[in-house]
Amino acid sequence: MKCAREFRDRAITDALLEELFMIVDRPLRIMEVCGTHTVSIFRHGLRSLVPKQLELISGPGCPVCVTPAGHVDAFVQAARKKDVLVATFGDLIRVPGSDGSLAEARSEGATVEVVYSPMDALTLARKYPDKIVFFPAVGFETTAPTIAATILEARRLGIENFCIFAGCKVMPPPLVALMSDPQLNVDGLLCPGHVSAIIGADAYRPLAEKYHLSCAVAGFEPADIAAGLVSLSRQVLEGRAKVENCYTRVVTAAGNSRARELMETVFVREDTLWRGLGLISGSGLGLRKEFEQFDAVNKLQLDLKPVPEPKGCKCGEILQGHLLPPDCPLYGRTCTPMQPIGPCMVSSEGTCAAYYRFSGHK
Amino acid sequence: MCLAIPMQVKELKTIFGDLADPQIAVVDADGMEKEVRLDLADRIPDIGDYVIVHAGFAIHTLTEEEALTNLQLMREMAASLPPNGEEMP
Ligand code: SF4
Repeated sequence: MKCAREFRDRAITDALLEELFMIVDRPLRIMEVCGTHTVSIFRHGLRSLVPKQLELISGPGCPVCVTPAGHVDAFVQAARKKDVLVATFGDLIRVPGSDGSLAEARSEGATVEVVYSPMDALTLARKYPDKIVFFPAVGFETTAPTIAATILEARRLGIENFCIFAGCKVMPPPLVALMSDPQLNVDGLLCPGHVSAIIGADAYRPLAEKYHLSCAVAGFEPADIAAGLVSLSRQVLEGRAKVENCYTRVVTAAGNSRARELMETVFVREDTLWRGLGLISGSGLGLRKEFEQFDAVNKLQLDLKPVPEPKGCKCGEILQGHLLPPDCPLYGRTCTPMQPIGPCMVSSEGTCAAYYRFSGHK
Repeated sequence: MCLAIPMQVKELKTIFGDLADPQIAVVDADGMEKEVRLDLADRIPDIGDYVIVHAGFAIHTLTEEEALTNLQLMREMAASLPPNGEEMP
């Protein structure tokens, strides 16, 4: 795309950042919800380029980070079963549960392969008919439809040696939960780009209205994020709480109804546990009854137990925007990307990992 | 996990044979050709259109014009800046 470069162009980013300096005249707290935003903000050094009074905090938008330890334990259990091949997104592989990680299971002899798409997991199932291919499905509304399409394809092709752990989650409910927390005190929400491509910018309207919260949907280039921050700062300072769409090339008001239909065909809303945020009603995507043959919990007889979080890990408070990584006593000491204790240090989208890689704080 | 760069559609393929809509697009990803599924695409792209890809699936189809409109929007957001060095009226 000829103009793709322009979204990274310093001239437009700089003009937007300058604009920010002109309008921000009091302390503002902005939460970015999406892990990809977190990483982009760090990678491009945006935290040091925005006015000091503009505080950027990260939210619960890294799917791996909000996957509870008990679910990770179930993934590891599956990996240790005979004849199971785990096909997983790479980010999950080093996340520690209470009894090791998928990576550790692999070093003990389990078969664990990293895939880029859930469809690749299905390809593995066709290639290895004598194995049961297990896909731990984590992700938000962007990923869930890709998994739904894969399940539908598995059914169409009559593939029986494929199953998933249905661990996908939907975004608006935890945001409502966060905003109901009087301690959080967030002025504006930088809404995720690609989740919004599916659910649509209008999906945040109830949140904006009920909590008088300014919202802006933004893309991932520096200029996109700067535009989102300009929108939010203007809204907050003018006392407006609307949803402004700064990512019109990808996000529409109504979103992608085709993807949502696929998601609704395969999944049903259920209550689910978020690491750090607890049980949130209607925030999980379980398999519908017609698709229970693909449910790994039954097929592989997985034992789901509540598991305490790693001792001393502050991921929960970080995911809720209450603490920053350096506030965790383990950060950079016993917990590093090489030897992570909590999920926020493992996932490339985790706040602790982004802090460690890109900020001076080690 | 989100790859934000739009990829240009080079070719459309049908895998189920008789269906009217293509199910796979061959896209140009940084000089490499890659197949992406169109199951979730909000609109089936034409050759030359762009798609946003997530986990091997096109999740949104866009044209160059749509990208340019977005760019214009951002320019306007910054337009209240006075031109370099000049005072605000
Ligand atoms: S630094 Fe490590 S232990 Fe501390 S909150 Fe982050 S992931 Fe958890």
